[in-house]
Amino acid sequence: MSLCLEDVKRIAHLARLAVSEDEATEVLGQLNGIFGLIEEMQAVSTAGIDPMSHAQNVVLRLREDVVSEGDQHELFQSVAPQVEAGLYLVPKVIE
Amino acid sequence: MLNASLSELAALLDARKLSSVELTRFFLDRIEQLNPTFNAFVTVREETSLAQARAADQRRARGEALLLTGIPVAQKDIFCAKGWPTTCGSRMLSNFVSPYDAEIVRRFDAAGVVNLGKTNMDEFAMGSSNETSFFGPVRNPWSPAAVPGGSSGGSAAAVAARLAPAATGTDTGGSIRQPAALCGISGIKPTYGVVSRYGMIAFASSLDQAGPMAKSAADLALLLNVMAGFDARDSTSLERPPENYARDLVKPVAGLRIGLPKQYFAEGVSADVIRGIEEAIAAFRRLGCETVEVDLPNTQLSIPVYYVLAPAEASSNLARYDGVRYGHRAAQYTDLMDMYQKSRAEGFGAEVKRRILIGTYVLSHGYYDAYYLQAQKLRRLIAHDFAEAFKRCDVIMGPTSPTTAFDLGAKSGDPVQMYLSDIFTIAVNLAGLPGISIPAGFGDRGRPVGLQIIGNYFAEARMLNVAHQYQQATDWHLRVPAGLEVEPA
Repeated sequence: MSLCLEDVKRIAHLARLAVSEDEATEVLGQLNGIFGLIEEMQAVSTAGIDPMSHAQNVVLRLREDVVSEGDQHELFQSVAPQVEAGLYLVPKVIE
Repeated sequence: MLNASLSELAALLDARKLSSVELTRFFLDRIEQLNPTFNAFVTVREETSLAQARAADQRRARGEALLLTGIPVAQKDIFCAKGWPTTCGSRMLSNFVSPYDAEIVRRFDAAGVVNLGKTNMDEFAMGSSNETSFFGPVRNPWSPAAVPGGSSGGSAAAVAARLAPAATGTDTGGSIRQPAALCGISGIKPTYGVVSRYGMIAFASSLDQAGPMAKSAADLALLLNVMAGFDARDSTSLERPPENYARDLVKPVAGLRIGLPKQYFAEGVSADVIRGIEEAIAAFRRLGCETVEVDLPNTQLSIPVYYVLAPAEASSNLARYDGVRYGHRAAQYTDLMDMYQKSRAEGFGAEVKRRILIGTYVLSHGYYDAYYLQAQKLRRLIAHDFAEAFKRCDVIMGPTSPTTAFDLGAKSGDPVQMYLSDIFTIAVNLAGLPGISIPAGFGDRGRPVGLQIIGNYFAEARMLNVAHQYQQATDWHLRVPAGLEVEPA
């Protein structure tokens, strides 16, 4: 398998990363090197093996549906790039 | 004071021969003097640390001190600490001051431990050399031309240069053990789920685990006693009764069965590392341990498996950095999409972007089964290999890293070569097992060799016992790089 420049641009768009033509070209070579390594996986038959998603065989805990956190929005918004009247500001998305 | 163990420092504090303020001042002065050489710390806040030290001294005067009260410990800059800049080695978080404490920061605080500062690291813990940090590389105290390893390179260098008595780290694919090995210190990655990840900035959530880094196994045990424990705020935290990880330190190790995986002594491991490890194994034999060859046939596959799973999880975890709620936002943009794309492109460095791209690709439509699912199936095979091996031995030993510290720049242009250097550590994360690295002498050019001890699930106390007994029989862990052993007058 080998990626092409269009693949890199498509993935970058999905990942919301702006890439220039030069960056995409440089990254393409690196990604193909890495996927060369990753392709070693395909040589192994894994028929009948259950995927392992987690190191411990645990079940997620459930908790009571009660309020556990106080209101700290001012503190949390103090590190936001742009805030007004308790709201996070972003460029207009609806005309 | 440079080589004093945590127990010895605690005894000095307890006997009032030393105050926490004096101890903290000593290390702050040393950081001021030596950090420009090593770049191990990214944030030092003298007044905050000294205020904590004063509070610790007052607590001791009231008779309320716990064992580590008043001892300064450096925190990897991946742990959120309220009021402290918490950058994760990234431009993305270079302006982030945490509004809350990570659980382990809270635990250290409750124990009266002084936060000595935040240590440098590979960006978002993605790297094996500390060269991906936005704040510049860390230098190895044993050889300034060499990398300290990564991603907890700042913590490892800080302990090795004796800028801190101990530090914290995190380990997703070897990020505690490999820098510990390359810097000649001790570090433990506990069993997945033993230490809370709450407030620890996420990289690959099914693999990330925090642990201590220190001069000796005995110190690691005392630090782990503070760090480990159930936390309802981390959904992967395991509900287990508290343990005293120091309980078995002094037990003899005669009769211990050591498994030696043939794959860990194969081609590709440098001769000086093999020599150091074989000498360490010989020391264990002299202590009455037996050795048995074990087989970990899927070792080689752990690299591709890891470099699918970790980037996939990272691409999901790092989606949160969108320039809206915290972190870097581009100065110029045309619309929301442009703001996302530019903020992320500017905020992340090259290695983080590569991993996000790999992860996004392997999770994208049509590729999930071939990559992510296949990697998860192979992960089970890798875990199964360890389970089989532990039927024949108590612990597994081998090199932590196939080479000693490499030179800065030697691998930074070639991601594949960098990834291959993680071969002996990442399988342990995939299986979720605990692993330790301890110093085992020196290879070529005086660069430290690290011995890895892998245990079965929850065998930390036993592994620390094994490491401690080795450190009773050897003194590699007490060696200090030339020129750094000088105590101030």
